[in-house]
Parts: sequence; C-alpha cells; structure tokens
Amino acid sequence: MNKANVIKLSVGGMSCAGCVAAVEDSLKAVAGVEQASVNFVEHTADVTGSMTAASLIDAVVAAGYEAAELKGTDEETDEKQAAELIYYRQLLKKAVVAAVVGAPLFLMGLLGAMPAMSGGGRLFWFFVAVLSLFVLIYSGGRFFSGAWKSFRNHNANMDTLIALGTGTAWIYSVLIVLVPTLVPEQAQHVYFEAAVIIIALINLGSALEMRARGKTSEAIKRLIGLQPKTARVVRNGQEVDVPIEQVGLDETLRLRPGEKIAVDGVVIEGHSSVDEAMLTGEPMPVAKQVGDELAAGTINKSGTVLFRATRIGKDTALARIIEMVRQAQNSKPAIGRLADRIAALFVPTVLIIAVLTFLAWFNFGPEPRVAYVLVTTMTVLIIACPCALGLATPISIMVGVGKAAEYGVLIRNGEALQRAGQLTTVVLDKTGTVTEGRPAVTELVALDGDQQRLLQLAASLEAGSEHPLAEAIIAAARERHLELQLVQNFSAIAGHGVQGEVNGQRLLLGNEKLMSEQQVDVSTGLDQAQRLAGQAQTPVFVAVDGVYLGIIAVADPIKVDSKLAIERLQRAGLKVVMLTGDNRATAEAVARQVGVDEVLAEVLPGDKSDKVAELQSRGEVVAMVGDGINDAPALARADVGFAIGSGTDVAIESADITLMRGSLHGVVDAIEISKAAVRNIKQNLFGAFIYNSLGIPVAAGLLFPFTGLLLNPVIAGAAMAMSSLTVVSNANRLRWFEPKGKR
Amino acid sequence: MDGLINLLALVLIGFIVWWFWLARSQGVQAKQEAIDVIVDGGVYTPAIIEVSRGHTVVLNFIRRDASPCAERVIFAELGVSAELPLAGSKQVALKLDDEGEFEFTCQMGMYRGKLIVK
Repeated sequence: MNKANVIKLSVGGMSCAGCVAAVEDSLKAVAGVEQASVNFVEHTADVTGSMTAASLIDAVVAAGYEAAELKGTDEETDEKQAAELIYYRQLLKKAVVAAVVGAPLFLMGLLGAMPAMSGGGRLFWFFVAVLSLFVLIYSGGRFFSGAWKSFRNHNANMDTLIALGTGTAWIYSVLIVLVPTLVPEQAQHVYFEAAVIIIALINLGSALEMRARGKTSEAIKRLIGLQPKTARVVRNGQEVDVPIEQVGLDETLRLRPGEKIAVDGVVIEGHSSVDEAMLTGEPMPVAKQVGDELAAGTINKSGTVLFRATRIGKDTALARIIEMVRQAQNSKPAIGRLADRIAALFVPTVLIIAVLTFLAWFNFGPEPRVAYVLVTTMTVLIIACPCALGLATPISIMVGVGKAAEYGVLIRNGEALQRAGQLTTVVLDKTGTVTEGRPAVTELVALDGDQQRLLQLAASLEAGSEHPLAEAIIAAARERHLELQLVQNFSAIAGHGVQGEVNGQRLLLGNEKLMSEQQVDVSTGLDQAQRLAGQAQTPVFVAVDGVYLGIIAVADPIKVDSKLAIERLQRAGLKVVMLTGDNRATAEAVARQVGVDEVLAEVLPGDKSDKVAELQSRGEVVAMVGDGINDAPALARADVGFAIGSGTDVAIESADITLMRGSLHGVVDAIEISKAAVRNIKQNLFGAFIYNSLGIPVAAGLLFPFTGLLLNPVIAGAAMAMSSLTVVSNANRLRWFEPKGKR
Repeated sequence: MDGLINLLALVLIGFIVWWFWLARSQGVQAKQEAIDVIVDGGVYTPAIIEVSRGHTVVLNFIRRDASPCAERVIFAELGVSAELPLAGSKQVALKLDDEGEFEFTCQMGMYRGKLIVK
C-alpha cells in the first residue's frame, strides 16, 4: 500500500502563471513525489508522496522561490500563544519600568515634596528629565514610532493621541527646567511624572486587555484542542502510530475505545458508539456501523472499528467548523457600522478638540494660563479612547459566535447574529425539521385486498423518485422481499406525486389533488384517507390505468424534543408556523401534537419562499428552519435561514445559521445567544460613547467654571487604560451565558 | 503675540483637516496579481491599493506589529477577514468584480487601508 503522505507548502515569490509550472516541475522532480499541485491564488502547493518537507522546500528554493511548510491549526495556535505570551511580558515589563520611575515622583507631588526649580533642585529635575526620556523611549517608544508612521500615511490612531499627550508634557517640562523664566513663577510646574505614569498605565491596560482578549477566543481554542496529534494507521498489515499530518486519504485507521477520532472517515469494519457532543451539542452517543461516517475530534466510546480516511487536514468537518467560526468572529454586523464610521474620524476630531481647548484656555483661562492650557490640552488627548469604541462590537461578536459553536450552532456572520435576535416568527419545515425525516409505511389499504401487489407496484414506480416518501415505500417493499419491476416513462409531478408505466400498466401515485386532476375516482377511499390523516399519517393514493387501487399510509415520527423546543420558542415571544407540502389533515394532526401557532399545508416546494415573503410583508421578521437543500430558496428569502444539519455535515451554504444536530432546541439557543450578544454590544457601544462624550468635555475643563475642578492627566490615563479593558471584560461575561429553559 | 498664537492654532486645525481628511496619499497600483502589505506601527503599507476590476488580486499581509490590534484584517464590505500570524505572512485572495472603494481595517478600525477597484 502506498504511504500517501500529503505536505502543504506556502510558496513565495510567484508572480505569474509561468511560475506555477516552474514550481510544480521542481516539486515533481523530488524523489518520492507522486503528485504536486500549486495554487497560485493561495500561494500554496499540495504535494503527495513519500518525501520529506525539507526536500520539497530545498527544491522550491533551488528553483528560485521561497517555501515553508504549512502545518495544522494547533501548531499555528501554539506559536500564536507563545508570541502573545512574549508580548504580554514585554508590556508588563515596560509598565513596571515606567511605574518605578513615575510612582515616587507622583508621591512626592502629592506630599508637596517636589524640589524647587532653583539651585540643587534644578539639577534634580535635569536628572528626572533624562530618566523620564529614557522611560518614554523604552516603555513608550512604540507609541511614538506608531504615531509617526501613521502620520506619514495621513492616518491618526491611539498612538497619535498618547504620543502627543505625553510628548507635549515632556517637552514643556524640559523647557521649564532649561528656561524657568519662560513662564510666570506659579506656572513653573513640571509634568514628567504624568507623562511617565500615563505610559505605565497604558502599557498595563494593554497587557490586561490582551489577557482578557485571549479568553474571548477560548471557543476556538477548545475546538482546535479536539484535534488529536496522532493516529493509528494500518500500513502493510501493521498498525503504526503516526503524526496526524502524515495520515493520507483512503488510508485505513484503527480506532480503539476511548480514543479521539483523528480524521473524517467511513467505518469499514466493526461497530461502536461515538460521542459527538463536542461538535453537535448532542448529548447522546451515536451508534456507528459499517458505512457510517465518523468525524474528526469526536470520541469513540465502546467498540473497536476500522475506518477509511475520507477527509484529512483542513478538509475535515472539524477544520471547516473552525474556519467558519473564525470567519464569523471576524465579521461585523450593521450595529457596529456607526461606531466604525466614528472611529475613522475620531482621532483627527479629538486633535481638533484639543486645539480648540488650547484656544479657549489661552484666550479666556485664568492665570497661570500656560499651565491650564497645557493640563487641559494634554488631558483631552489622553482621555479620548477610540479603542473602546472600535472594540465594542467585534469583541462581543467573537464571544457570541464562539458561545453558539459550543451549543452546536454555527453562525455564518455577525449580521446573522444580530438579525437572529430580532426575529418575531419562526417557520418550521415539517419533514426532517419537526419530524425525524425518516418516514415509514404504517398501513396498506388495498381495495381488492392484495396488499402485496399494491406495495410492489407502488415501490416499482417510486424507484425513480428521490422523495422521502418514496424511500419509505421502497424500504417497505424490500422488507417484504418484493421484487421491483422495471418502470418506463417515469415523471414526477412536483408537490403532487409521480406517474409511469410498469408492465404496460399506467400507474399514478400521489395525493388526492393529483387523483382528481387525473379524473381518478377515489371516493371509496376518502374515509380511510381522512382517518389516516387525522392520525398524522400521510395517505398516498395509488391508481392503475385510471382506476383507484388503494392507499399506502406513510408516517414520519415526530422528533422527541420538538414539542419542548417549540414551547421554548413560544415562551421567548415568537410565533411558530409549520410549513409543509403535506395534506392539511396530516399537517394539522402533527401541528396539534407539537403545538405550533399556525399551519401552512399543501404548499408546493417552489412556493415555500413566497409564503416566507408573505409573512415578511405582514411586518414579521421571519426565520426559516429547513434541511438546507430542498428549502434553499426559502432559507435565502427568510431574514435568518436556519439549516438543520445531519450530524457533522456543515456544508450548508444557503443558511445563515447551521444547526449541527437535528434538534429544534438549537434554534432557540441561537436566538437566545444572539439576543444576549446584541445586548452586550449595545452595552459596550453605550459605554464607549458615554465615556468619550462625557470624558472629553470634562478633560477640556467644562466643569471648571462651575466647580473649579480640573481632571488630572494621570487620572485621565488610568480611565483610558480601563475603558478598553472594561469593554473586553463585559464581552467576556457572555462566556457564562446559558440558554434558558429545559433542554 | 497672542494674535499670532491664535492664528497658529487655527492654521493647525486647518492642517489637521487637510492632512488627515483631504490630502490622500498616493496609492500603489497592483500591476502584478500579488502585492505585499506590511502591517507595522499602526499602519498598513501601502495603505491605498489600486486594482483593476475583474482580476484576482492577492494581498500578502506581512505582520511585524506584535500588538493584538494588528492580528486581524477585515474587509467588512467584502465579507472577508483573515488572521495575521505574527512575524509571518498571510495571503488574502480577492476577486473584485465591482468598481468602487473597499476599506480594510483591523478589528478596532485603527489600522486602515483602502482597495480602489477601477
């Protein structure tokens, strides 16, 4: 058996399609390479064969390009965590250095023990000026370099404000030390301690914020942590443990009790039960036998199985879930747009306010004017915090989307998260959503008493259909070992039934409407049909050569928790509508059992989205919950489309929200998490707006004419450092959120 | 003297308005299909990138700034975002079929860049 080793490389230096061929050729020339394909858009290469990454990198470099191995998501995360830890320590160190210099000066100021600006005192201040310059460079250098780079690019950011605030304070203080007579005696005050302590506080705030931000991505880390590092592969009849990156497609893997599943695959031998709760939120283990799919990251409970790898690396359901959650966490909903627009204008506006503050105090302020001008202008620059404003939305989205993933709910983007909190009506497709979606034949009513023939003819005709009812009828025929006959001239009549020829007889199968349209008299079967429908069974009429032959009753069992989940939806103030192509009597029987508010029955598949639009035109904000394939247009039309996945199938493109387990509880969970996240965003935005719109005028000295009070620039620095930390901490509260109601 | 200081302050306001809002820096025209964007010191360099409509452009973000603000780039209008590894690079491929200006920012909107599709 081939050792199908797949290595993914990042390739640099390719500028044209010709480079693609050159890189591919260089890779193919490496001994052991079976296949090499280069993706120009992604600048990556996938190489299959028995070779090492180093030999491939050498070959690409020899061809004049650059290459590096792309590793799994967990290694990326380890590197990221290591880099973050280093940065965190640097920030703390810088904060401590600045605090060690600033705190004694600050205390001396408070105690009134500052040396005078003459004689030996001046010498002391010279020393402080040099020391604080060192601190500004070491602890605050990044603000100054960032401010300068931004400025050159016609951009202004938080660095600009901090650099201008502390820089002005330092320069003014140095001038006072050098030429004290420049200002009146009562204004001969220096602000070295303010500049240094502000730098200390902002570094400390950044470090704490970074810690708190790390917690916001815990959901992703938990998902990444599900991926095992090794797998037991069967090669040449031997079972060997290999690193996960070396598992190839179609390889056979051994899975023992208690082990995590390494890659996606299909069981080829044995049976077991698998705990999929970590991906789907489904608490009950799922039975697996030959032919069943296994998902990477889930845990084998009891049996030992052999399985064939069908998806590896970044293609596994787990990897795709991680990618989808990451993408969603980085998207922004409409609610954050205003904050974004303000953030873009914020810093230059604050600069203008600072100049206006300067002018106001310069022209109308009391003496010593120059000291008041400096303190107020510096405080305005320091207190303004664009970060809190910019962070308010994305940080809550990050935690909210991660929280939803914990419950097996994949939210596609921030927009969907926001809209899910505003829903007023939930439309549920019946088959596969409210019910199991696995209909079974429950009764055969043959007019001539020959149930076998009725079922045999119906199953032969349905062999050409893909409808769930057809599957039930064919399965029933197979159970009874009935032989299916060849069908000719088959055609499906959407929403009504099917027709075709079997043994030269024209067969018609479908609902009552189809029979009356085709002028088949079914009056003798109507009582039976009504009785069946009243028991939530779907009566399927069968006619041969235009003559009514009998009824096949098919029922789809209702999911055990549908009723409870619908009650939760109603308790959350939502109207619940059930939509189905089924006949009215059957639909109403199901509706009675689960307690929905309204039933829309006998809706043709193509009309489902019109029904959604109709509800929207009544002013409702509508969610459509369906299987994601048959209901795609209705899902797309709805304000929020929920696709109910089967297990770990996440390839549902038309949905805003994908539920990884079949339970309707996921819909309520998603709505409750969305409401909590939007509430959190509003708190954050409100807090950030209020902070800035109160903080800046107070810093400018608006209270001074009434109270004689001015804000100390050091207090402004502390407030600024705390403001983004508060936003991040508030978003972190979402991590403890739990959906209400019994699940 | 006071008049001069007042005048200078007003000129400074004018300069802020002109420099940060009115004066646009020169964009880099992406003649090739791939272009490097350095993420460092609070700015994307180049911050303005002109691309032709209908082509796929690959932006290769090279992150040098360790600050967590720099860790994500978001193209909000295009629904695209990417996590940028520190001291590494990340390619973002975009097929731009519509003319217009599309901003890309960090999560907080402090790093700002613009794609101009012509």
